[in-house]
This record gives sequence, structure tokens and C-alpha cells, in this order.
Amino acid sequence: MQNPYLPYPVRIAEIITETEDKNLKTFKFTFLKKEDEENFKYRSGQFSELSVTGKGEIPIGIASSPTEKGFLKFTVNKVGLVSSHLHTMKVGDIMGIRGPMGNSYPWDILEGKNVVIIGGGFAFTTLRSSIIYMLNPENRPKFKEINVIYGARTPGMLLYKEELASWEKRDDIKMHITVDAANDPNWKYNVGFVPTITEKKAPPADKDTYAIICGPPIMIKFTQPVLDKLGYTHDHIIMSLENRMKCGIGMCGRCNIGKEFVCKDGPVFTLAELNKTPKEY
Amino acid sequence: MKVIRIDRGEGKFREGLKLLQNSYVAFGPLKEDREVYNFKILGDKTPDLNIQNTYLSPKGIVFPQSEVMLKYTLDETKEDCNLMKEAEKDKKPKAVFGIRPCDAASFLIAKRNFDTADYKDPYWISSYEATTFAGLACNEPCSTCFCKSAGYGPFNEEGLDLLFVDFNSYFLIKVLTPKGEELMKKANWQNVVDSDKALADILSKKTSCEDKFTTSIATSNLKSKTILELYNAPFWEEESFACLNCGTCTFVCPTCWCFDIQDENCGCDGVRMKNWDSCMFPLFTLHGTGHNPRGNKQQRVRQRFMHKLKYYLDKYDKGIQCVGCGRCVRLCPVNIDIRRISEKMNGYKACN
Repeated sequence: MQNPYLPYPVRIAEIITETEDKNLKTFKFTFLKKEDEENFKYRSGQFSELSVTGKGEIPIGIASSPTEKGFLKFTVNKVGLVSSHLHTMKVGDIMGIRGPMGNSYPWDILEGKNVVIIGGGFAFTTLRSSIIYMLNPENRPKFKEINVIYGARTPGMLLYKEELASWEKRDDIKMHITVDAANDPNWKYNVGFVPTITEKKAPPADKDTYAIICGPPIMIKFTQPVLDKLGYTHDHIIMSLENRMKCGIGMCGRCNIGKEFVCKDGPVFTLAELNKTPKEY
Repeated sequence: MKVIRIDRGEGKFREGLKLLQNSYVAFGPLKEDREVYNFKILGDKTPDLNIQNTYLSPKGIVFPQSEVMLKYTLDETKEDCNLMKEAEKDKKPKAVFGIRPCDAASFLIAKRNFDTADYKDPYWISSYEATTFAGLACNEPCSTCFCKSAGYGPFNEEGLDLLFVDFNSYFLIKVLTPKGEELMKKANWQNVVDSDKALADILSKKTSCEDKFTTSIATSNLKSKTILELYNAPFWEEESFACLNCGTCTFVCPTCWCFDIQDENCGCDGVRMKNWDSCMFPLFTLHGTGHNPRGNKQQRVRQRFMHKLKYYLDKYDKGIQCVGCGRCVRLCPVNIDIRRISEKMNGYKACN
């Protein structure tokens, strides 16, 4: 019987401080054992439990894409006991990863469709994974138009700045980067909240256009009416939820919304599905 | 069906209990303190088979309140520093003697959570599989027992390997599984009797007990209502008003399985453990940001009863997540009663 609580041992290969407040770091991990890497088959939108020995575990969305081989990436906000300790760790340190967990974005449905990605703040991690996945030369022909609306409080709070800049230059993805307020006189992108930019830039709804939203509750609250106005039906609005988790495999009982577990049945749900469950997230 | 008879007076019974402890760690109801009875390792004590439901359910025998899963060292001079390893487990077979049918059935309910197609909890499963359940049928229900209407009953055999029926001076024992057969061999309880006659005697005891139930739980309409209809019902505020968030209900419940995972360090050594947790506690769902999706007690009381009486029912279609042992009814300090809540849910109609 395989023990789902036993993490794969990994080494921290690289640490990047992403944001100006230094609260967000991206950790790149390599597996200590080749066979673990081969067993770890994931899809964009899934998450893992990062295990810091002696401190505990945290559920974090996978920021790397399955098309990037040889490592895993996670962007972690410094919040509690485990994440704060993780922020003090160094390249070369050994820890563990359990996963991959949860469903993923519905890639079988999204193939052949227009995809609108709407992200805010540090919830952009699994969206980065999705963009890298879709832009992979093998995968790009499988998708029609890709729009990305991504906002942060300030330019310095945007994640993955170099990649954002490189995607800006491409003609097979339409980037709409925005900040709530720019303190940088050379800021050349949008200024305004995500819902406002969505209203201006998101393509009109049709049966072949799906929106993926990931962000803080306040952003979701104000973006949803905009998508309604644009005519997006609720089964075309895809959301990724977060709840407190421990086991990550649907057993410990805390992350449920009604009868669904966010860790196992989610974290990705369509708004149509969420409309039928208690709003306990 | 093989039926075995043990006479209580002959010393055969005590002798067998002693014998079987060569092969099993045997548990049975023992007096702990004043009138508190719980399942304990027997040793040379005789289980008290007159008491009905123990104070705590025997769930801890399979699913301990605290259980070490993994171990590690934080000593940087060691090669395996920071690497998680499986902790050694005592794999000795266990026998639970005198478990009541309701408690035995509760393991089948929890099994659906721990033994799934996608993931298997090796701790729960291996412990469950190593355990033989020698049940004792109830000749008299407690005043708070409602196992029959919960879908089980005082002579329910699901989840048992043996069913002992108490006829005062002797037991008749139904051997239900090969595991049960093995235990009877180990205890040298081998006096096989004519099963037709014995089964008829057992049936009459069963009917007589079933006629004595004074209380029940109403569940017949729960399936046909939607989750949101019941979730948004107005009675939760009133029903949760008195709740103290003490967690007694989840602690004593045989079917409550929620748990937490914590690392515990002692010097450079440490263990990752699984501990019982409770949906009645605000920390259970508190996010790192401070946000809490079930931050008030009304939400938590609703979660507990919705889980037991609706989410579980909808998820597995195998009845409610309650075996009717009545412990929560007896021990809730403010008289929150699952039967009353189920009745409200069962009879509720949302007005549109």
C-alpha cells in the first residue's frame, strides 16, 4: 500500500524573491530520486503539500508547468509557521513534497477554445503554469485566442516580471497587465482594478470562450458581475478555491464545501458547480 | 452458519479470554473510574459485559487519538537529516471483545472515508484489518439508543466477525467471518451447537430487544432535499444557540473521523502525527490570512449535522453517518440532540 502521507524528498535548487515587499518567494525544487520525479505527473491547476520537516505542511499551487521538466516551482507567500520558516531556508536545503493533488483546470474541455485568464495578486501561480503549458509549441495550436488579465497592487508586486515582459512581446497571447496604482513613471501598461480592466479588455462571451479566475475574494466578488454583464455563462467561468487543508487527499475533513472537498474534488470548480454548494470558502 | 456455545460458569469463558491474549492484544469494556467504562486492554481482567454503551466509543482502537505516522531527525550531522521515514508500527493482531453492534458498524462508515479508490490511509486500514471484532448483541436498548432507525440495530452483524448473544448463564456465538473463526480457535471455544435451534433462540432475543426501543431518528425525506435548501434553513440559528463549542459530540462519536496533522519535535528527533480534530473548533478551518469560512458556531453546528445527515448520505448513498449509539445525545452539556435536528431537517420545506 503506497503511503499518501509520505513526502518525496526534494532539494531547494533556487530561490527567487518575487515582490518588492519580499513576502513572496519562488522556490524551485529538484527531486532527490529520479523515480519520484517520474511518478510526479501533474497538470496545470493542481497543488502539492510542501513539507518542511519539523514544522509541518502547506498546500501550495504548482507554479511550474508539466512542460518544464526536471524541477517543480512554487511561489509561497509568507503567512504562517511553515511558510515563514520556508522563507528562511536556503538553496541546497532538503524538504519534502506530497502530490500532485486535486483536479486541475479542465484541459480536455479547454482544448480548441478561447481562454481568458483573469488573475490578481499572488494567486497567479497556477495561472503561470497554465500559460506556460498553453504556450508550449506542441500545445499552442490546441487553443484559440489566449487573453491574460493580471493585476497587482503596484508594479513591484507583480509576480514573474521577466516572463510577463516576454509574453507581452509575443503575438500569440494578449496580455493585459494592470496595477491598482503605479509609482513608476515609466509604467507603460494599464492602471486600474482587475474588474475594470476585464470589462474593457475581455473578449465577448461565446460558447467557445472560457474564463479562468483566480484571485483574492474581493477581486472575484467584483469580477463576476462584469463577466455576467459580458454574457459569460456560469459553466464557462472556472475558479480555483483555497481552504485550510491538512491531508490533501479528502480524508481529514476540514476543507469541504458541502459534500465536495476542495483538496480532492477541487480546487477547480466551475461557477455553475459552486452555485450549488455552500459558500464555505 | 456456525453457532458456538460457551457456558459462563465453567471457567471456559475466562480461560478462553486468557488464551486468546497469546495471539491478540485484547480490548474490552472495563471500569475506569466511578461509573465510567471504556475499552481498555484486558490483561487478566474480565470485561464488564453488563454495561451498555461505553463512555467513549472504541474508535480509538483502530484510529488512535494521537498516532505517529512518520519520523525524522533534524540533526544536521546525520545523513538522513530532514528526510521523512515511516515509523515502525506494532502490527500485532487486536481483538475487541464486547463491542456493541452500533460501534462495529461505525467502522464501516469511516472506512468509506479512509479506504477510497484514489487514496488509502495505510494507518487506518492496516489497523482495521488487524482487528477482530467480537461483538455483543444488546438485549436491552439504552433510553437514548436509536440504532434501529439509523439503519443498524441491536443485533446488527455488519462490521462484526463474531456476534455474542448473552443468555445469562451462557453465550451463543454466531461465527460470521473467517477472522472470527480464527479467534474462536485461538480461545479454544469450540462447542458447536445445533444452529437451527440456536438461531431461533437468538432471533427471539433480537425481536424482544427491538420491541423495547422508545426513540428513533427520522431520515426518510433527507435524500430528496437539496443541500442548499437544508443549508439555508432558518432553524440552525436556534439549534446552535446553546452550543458551547466544547467538541464533546465529535470526541465521543464513533463515526467522527476528522483529524489534524502536526510535527512534534523533541531535541533533534521528531515525529509527524495524526491527532483527532473537531469541526466544532474555529481553528479547524481558519485560513492563514485570518479569514475563516466557518468562523461562527452556527456555521460549525450546521457543518456537523449537515455532514452526518446530508453530505455523507449524498456522497455515498449508504445511509447517514450515524449509527444511533446516542452518546452525543447523552453527553452534550446543552442538550443539542441529533434526533431533534434530523426531525427538523427531515420535515423542512423551504418556502419559495
